[in-house]
Amino acid sequence: MPSPEATAAAFGEARGLVYQVGERRLIDGIDLRIAAQGLSLIMGANGAGKSLLLRLLHGLLRPTQGEVRWGGRLQDIAVRRRQALVFQRPVLLRRSVIANLRFALRLRGGDSDRDAEQLLAEVGLGAKARQPARLLSGGEQQRLSLARALALRPQVLFLDEPTASLDPASTQAIEDIVLRAKARGTKILFVTHDLGQARRLADEVIFLQCGRIAEQTRADQFFANPASAAAGDYLAGRLVPH
Amino acid sequence: MQDFGSAFGLAFGLVLSLDPELLEIVLLSLRVSLSAVVIACLVGFPLGALIAITRFRGRSAVLVLMNALMGLPPVVVGLAIYLLLSNAGPLGWLRLLYTPTAMILAQAVLITPIIAALSRELIEQLHDEYAEQFQSLCLSPLQSVRALLWDARYGLLTVALAGFGRAIAEVGAVIIVGGNIANLTRVMTTAIALETSKGELALALALGMVLISIALGINAAVMSLRLTASRHAFA
Repeated sequence: MPSPEATAAAFGEARGLVYQVGERRLIDGIDLRIAAQGLSLIMGANGAGKSLLLRLLHGLLRPTQGEVRWGGRLQDIAVRRRQALVFQRPVLLRRSVIANLRFALRLRGGDSDRDAEQLLAEVGLGAKARQPARLLSGGEQQRLSLARALALRPQVLFLDEPTASLDPASTQAIEDIVLRAKARGTKILFVTHDLGQARRLADEVIFLQCGRIAEQTRADQFFANPASAAAGDYLAGRLVPH
Repeated sequence: MQDFGSAFGLAFGLVLSLDPELLEIVLLSLRVSLSAVVIACLVGFPLGALIAITRFRGRSAVLVLMNALMGLPPVVVGLAIYLLLSNAGPLGWLRLLYTPTAMILAQAVLITPIIAALSRELIEQLHDEYAEQFQSLCLSPLQSVRALLWDARYGLLTVALAGFGRAIAEVGAVIIVGGNIANLTRVMTTAIALETSKGELALALALGMVLISIALGINAAVMSLRLTASRHAFA
């Protein structure tokens, strides 16, 4: 069930979303409404379909059935140009740090040294601008990925477990950047299965089980009193079928 | 053995004294082969990249054809270009037969499939890594090709080198369309063939030494560039 915020001002909407491989429905009839603001956190056990749902919402995958709309408009390239996705494993170009950023800035028609340097400073990579991007540490690479995504000035930012393999300090740095982006009005859709992170960041939780939404609710309500048995088991650390 | 010994001595003498005839042949060889490589790269790199990132009906057949063309027999290419450029041919009016331009054309035709096929393979690997990111960034095919070509630049240097190696060592096509005319279309390989048949081993050996030195020098330069690139994680 959508959270009250999402129902009140739905910006993104998925209707009857199905993604099927062979006979297997990996996403199985998802109806979803997403508010224009705030951070919606997609949770669930491994294999529940979190990353798949994110890719469907961003339009990287075409659903077998159903549709996705953003701002009332069917997902198309114009819609996708106002979105950005950060992958779990950063995919950086074989260029310097600043060249990676300028590549994204050019795509949106703004490529000034000032913009690039400002963004790098914002993610704490100002001193590493001329270094080869692929020689950065894992945390730095992910911060650069995030800066590159923000350079696109997205309305919606999709984050697919961006801190999955990072240490606490790097995770903290990523979370700070995400929260700043949220404060500036960027809608965030964040996939994680880290409960601590979910408690720190989420305004709303979308809990998936077996490719279906088991629960979509306000974060405080989700953690205090989960409505679905699957979410309750997950929060209690009991094994949940995915 | 004595003949070989004196031939080697004479050959070293020719190289060290920068013999004008030797120099002329070497410079023409470089001009022809480097021009052919530039043309082949201009065609082959984008073609390889485009085929690497696109999926279309008959793509597998195109790949088979590209790979097959890598082994094009030089004499057949020479013959085809000869027929094209001869007086009775469709491009006879250009009067290019027996000129360095005809030789450049023949070598370019010969190595373009090599460069296209090798760059396709290289760029396809890179594209596998970048594809989802590029899709998320909504890049057009042209933007993708440009980005991939730039990011594969060090690998593509090796591809260009493979093409150069094939071009500079080629004799069958250039002898047919160039005619091996002294002071006009005589290149290292055709000169070596001619001088050897005449029993003039000194010039042939000198040219052979230069040919090998050029190959070694270019390989070493590209290798060192690639190592530098790898150290900087650009390759």
